[in-house]
Amino acid sequence: MEIREMTACTLGQKIRRHEIGVKEAVKASLDEIKKQEPTVHAFLSYDEKMITARVKDVEAGMKSGKYKGPLAGVPVAVKDNICTKGLKTTCASKMLENFAPVYNAHVIDQMEEAGMIVIGKTNMDEFAMGSTSETSAFGITRNPWNKDHVPGGSSGGSCAAVASGEVSLALGSDTGGSIRQPAAFCGVTGIKPTYGRVSRYGLIAYASSLDQIGAIGRDTADCAALLDVISGADAKDSTSVPGMKTDFYENLRESVAGMRFGVPKEYLSEGLDRQIQKSLMDMIQLLTQAGATVEFFSMDHVDDVIPAYYIVACAEASSNLERFDGVKYGYRSAAGEDLHDMYKKTRNEGFGEEVQRRILLGSFVLSSGYYDAYYLKALKVRALVKQQFDKAFKKYDVIIAPAAPTTAPKIGDSLGDPLKMYLSDIYTAGVNLAGIPGITVPFALSDEGMPIGFQLLGDCFNENKILQAAYTLEKLRGPLPAAWERRSDRS
Amino acid sequence: MAKICIDDAVMDNVEILAKLKLNGEAREKAKAELQKMLDYMNKLEAVDTTGVEPMLGIYPLKNVFREDVVVNGDDREAMLANAPKQKEGQYQVPKTVV
Repeated sequence: MEIREMTACTLGQKIRRHEIGVKEAVKASLDEIKKQEPTVHAFLSYDEKMITARVKDVEAGMKSGKYKGPLAGVPVAVKDNICTKGLKTTCASKMLENFAPVYNAHVIDQMEEAGMIVIGKTNMDEFAMGSTSETSAFGITRNPWNKDHVPGGSSGGSCAAVASGEVSLALGSDTGGSIRQPAAFCGVTGIKPTYGRVSRYGLIAYASSLDQIGAIGRDTADCAALLDVISGADAKDSTSVPGMKTDFYENLRESVAGMRFGVPKEYLSEGLDRQIQKSLMDMIQLLTQAGATVEFFSMDHVDDVIPAYYIVACAEASSNLERFDGVKYGYRSAAGEDLHDMYKKTRNEGFGEEVQRRILLGSFVLSSGYYDAYYLKALKVRALVKQQFDKAFKKYDVIIAPAAPTTAPKIGDSLGDPLKMYLSDIYTAGVNLAGIPGITVPFALSDEGMPIGFQLLGDCFNENKILQAAYTLEKLRGPLPAAWERRSDRS
Repeated sequence: MAKICIDDAVMDNVEILAKLKLNGEAREKAKAELQKMLDYMNKLEAVDTTGVEPMLGIYPLKNVFREDVVVNGDDREAMLANAPKQKEGQYQVPKTVV
């Protein structure tokens, strides 16, 4: 088996058994990156000197017994909105083109303590605002399954890097579906943990009450193992929740017997692609045959999710992105005559169109005279959305949902109509409003050969249940081909 | 909520708050898009939220206090290296009083 075909846990095991060297694992990843980047463009940067130095540390740490976890020695890609000390972190924006953080995000420190190797930074929608990774200021990423299609977004680079075999594992961030939707489009597994499960320290903020860092991998076990590494309270993020030890990887169990699944009827509206509907029915049949109960139920406020989500997200974004003013870091316009003129010109030239659109919208909904009608109203609707999930989880262990209304769209088809693009987040954004965890599992391929994946959603801090369901579903589904086995333009 | 019209006066105010200044075609496009989004978002008006408390966060978190102790090192030079302009070890900005 070639290294690129291995899951992260298999690779980690072979490294621990000295069947594969750390250097060899990293070289395989870098070779694949060099081969694939001209077409896929999943990465924005990688620094071979830093990687070489890190490999030596990890080799020594494994020898001394400092690094002994399941992912020690495994290369990992990191979304470019997660701060890496001394390694450029751009948010795919001209605004941060040359920004090198002076500290690591907490999750980076945790991965380093687990002996993992950050291989590079991945492309994304600018400041994580978008659903296709096309709003990046540094070029688009292509879907490894078909280069005419987008990988989804905003963690499109991370998902494409895993799907293409460049790495087996990656970090993404999810504010309204930014891990779960591209994971479905790229045929990989991705989990957004419960809000507060993972520290956001060092994640460049988009919408602080919705953002959460999560894991992207080949399968559920990989995601569980990485989630074990990055979970836990952090004194530097007061919204991280203390007092919970996680052992997701060790506790993975293959069974759905007696588990109760619910499917909101409203998710099966006309907007959902027929092939996805058919796959959903196939999946329900598999789960039922394995001893689970699956029921359709009615969920209120499904259509209110998108307006509430975009009001809350844009309001928080307009506040969070105030810091980019051309003074302390990042881009500065050469044209500014006085301080305020410099701020405006810097932000006009440094931010792309989608980011400016969301800042304007957020500034409006928070402005005097409109605050109550839009922002406060959205927060109340958010409470109602949360109540709907609370009610459902009294009855069901897991909620099944599509990840998006369609498979990955073609490049260039989405940006022309922003509202239409926003509406495609209908199945994912409610999860962030409610703070609950969700995992996307690849399930089938469409007639056109594009991946179809589904979300399994759980109640707050019930990641164990959705991981168990996902792990079992993988076995019931059987193996799916990899992107490189399907691509006609590669040998 | 009454139907809002994103005219030039509203846009001027939003631009001040957003610290952005759009011109020409970009401004007209932004106005039209903002209008379209807000028209769509007005659908929330129909949702009955009587007696519903606004949800600011997921958990009823209280203030988290800690001792005010410096734990990071002196990163002054590394931080200044990210500044677009610096002078004598400090951030440099254009003139602030015109």
